Amino acid sequence: MTRSRFSWHQLRDSQLFWPLLALALILLFNLFFTPGFYNVEIKDGHLSGFLIDILNRGSILMLLATGMTMVIATGGVDLSVGAVVAISAATATVLINPALATELISSEELIKDVTSTPLWMCITAALLIATLCGLWNGLLVSRGKIQPMVATLVLMVAGRGIAQLITHGQIITVYYTPYFFIGNGYLLGLPFPLFIAIFVYLCTWLWARRTAFGMFVESIGINAQSSFLSGINEKNIKLAVYTFCGFCAGIAGLIYSSNVKSADANNAGLNLELDAILAVVMGGTLMSGGRFSLLASVIGALVIQSTTTTMYAIGVPAMAASAIKGLVVLVVILLYSEQTKLVLTRVVERVGARS
Amino acid sequence: MRKLSLLVIVMAAFLALVACSSATSTTEETASNTSTEAKTMENLTVGYAQIGAESEWRTANTASIKETAEKLGVDLKFSDAQQKQENQIAAIRSYIAEGVDVIGFSPVVETGWETVLQEAKDAGIPVIMVDRRADVPRELYATYLGSDFVEEGRKAGEEMNRLLPDGGKIVELVGTVGSAPANDRYTGFRDSMAENIEIIDSQSGDFTRAKGKEVMEAFLKNYGDEIVGLYAHNDDMAIGAIQAIEEYGLKPGEDIKIVSIDAVRGAFEAMIDGKLNVTVECNPLLGPQFYDLALRAVNGEELPEWVPSEESVYYPDKAEELLPERQY
Repeated sequence: MTRSRFSWHQLRDSQLFWPLLALALILLFNLFFTPGFYNVEIKDGHLSGFLIDILNRGSILMLLATGMTMVIATGGVDLSVGAVVAISAATATVLINPALATELISSEELIKDVTSTPLWMCITAALLIATLCGLWNGLLVSRGKIQPMVATLVLMVAGRGIAQLITHGQIITVYYTPYFFIGNGYLLGLPFPLFIAIFVYLCTWLWARRTAFGMFVESIGINAQSSFLSGINEKNIKLAVYTFCGFCAGIAGLIYSSNVKSADANNAGLNLELDAILAVVMGGTLMSGGRFSLLASVIGALVIQSTTTTMYAIGVPAMAASAIKGLVVLVVILLYSEQTKLVLTRVVERVGARS
Repeated sequence: MRKLSLLVIVMAAFLALVACSSATSTTEETASNTSTEAKTMENLTVGYAQIGAESEWRTANTASIKETAEKLGVDLKFSDAQQKQENQIAAIRSYIAEGVDVIGFSPVVETGWETVLQEAKDAGIPVIMVDRRADVPRELYATYLGSDFVEEGRKAGEEMNRLLPDGGKIVELVGTVGSAPANDRYTGFRDSMAENIEIIDSQSGDFTRAKGKEVMEAFLKNYGDEIVGLYAHNDDMAIGAIQAIEEYGLKPGEDIKIVSIDAVRGAFEAMIDGKLNVTVECNPLLGPQFYDLALRAVNGEELPEWVPSEESVYYPDKAEELLPERQY
């Protein structure tokens, strides 16, 4: 008796438990209600199916959630990631074909499959600008002592304007095939963006958990004042997490623009910051900062993407899709509330006691 | 507060204006309609209060209004309101003061135009609303010139019937849920769609390429080769969907016939490559039609409440020669 209760508590207290439960519920729903959801076939030498779609489409959110977790763990938030995605996408695509933004080009010239800037430079420039955006947020928060929500709101609003300036208000279409690999390529039969997301996740995990950095972040999130008094350089750590978050958004922007072979300053990454925050919250990291789990956030991102893909798969009418998505989020968030947990625990205990 | 006080001042000014000019304006109006000769394009003065430059569509719209005026020899007074109603009202007032023959404007919001339009009516200046419609009584404006989204959907439906004479299963990419173009293009298409065509799924792609692609991927996973046609509410979603179809291993334009709306540059490029079958135009080049209506209004002709803008349908065979001319 006591043993089963102990393991239940242990299970419940793990940060991974609730997002995994949510993911399991969605996948279970699909098992019964969505025929063909689990079909995975091989097409053109790579795997294809709804599950692969979730991993492919979810990579962008996983990346953003990784960066966002670190920011939220310090007790902050970054509202600008969606706009930074647009800036990064705009930068990379404009460098590939700068003329597209300002003039009309004949279609023969377009399909020549050339780039006016070497690919590595396009990627570096996009990542550099995105990192600078993150640095800017970090400076406002750590040095300017502005509340994170307000500080990042500046770039959230201005960022789309910057992206539009870069693209001259046009939707830039890319015709350079090597660029497509970032968002459309396959490695070992799996989508390439997934490998990027996993790689970034692993690096971040090593950075946070194999050095003292993660502990510093948590300590700032729990109590910035006492962390400072115990000799932790609070300012530089905040600067670092915001800069890193910008960098992650930069990579996401590359994947995004490569996937649709174009950059649309108005719509690229629109509302993605909210999904990223939601993913982190679903992962059980508190908005007030403190204890965080990168893996739980990544699973949170998968929960959100699974919901979206499920909507498409079962063919929910367009008018109802957002409402139903909201309902799913509500149920998942309710799972996290202490009150619900308490009730659930009691139920489990009662069932345990009876048997 | 500021708006309220502004309103009070406006009302006061308006009352004063009505009080001192009601007697004279009516006589002037009848005089200008009967005694003077009919106006021609050359001696027509037009005041145009544009919203601003919020999209490529608007930029093209502005260019058309300006260029056509130059071509026809119309004296055009043009103002850009930068998305603010105050600016538009101020511009219309100044046109009334200058005594232009016709006023054209695209109302930035739907409400709050009664006062200024009444002033224009009292001054005997006909007002034409372009592209957007304000919520005002019929007698305050001469006519409304704008796109008929339902008709666009209907044309798209007819094109789909032509492309799929034997019918079949098609999917639909809906625009932003709740927006007027999405609602009307949705209904219009169903009006004219043949009975042997069946819409098996319809999802929102938010008018963007990325969403269009994502939704199309899901459609293909669900229905695969069953899909023989795609109807997209705008070109951008169709362009995204084309990528999804290619990646799935089917040929867009052949295996899956595609009809979309807008006729932007990207659609012409896709048609040249044979990946898009038809695009129905949502025309921003309203200049010629606008001046034609303006002249008729000045010469006292009774105009219908709504004049739909002239719109065409484009096919791949003409795409190559038309692409260089596309202004948006």
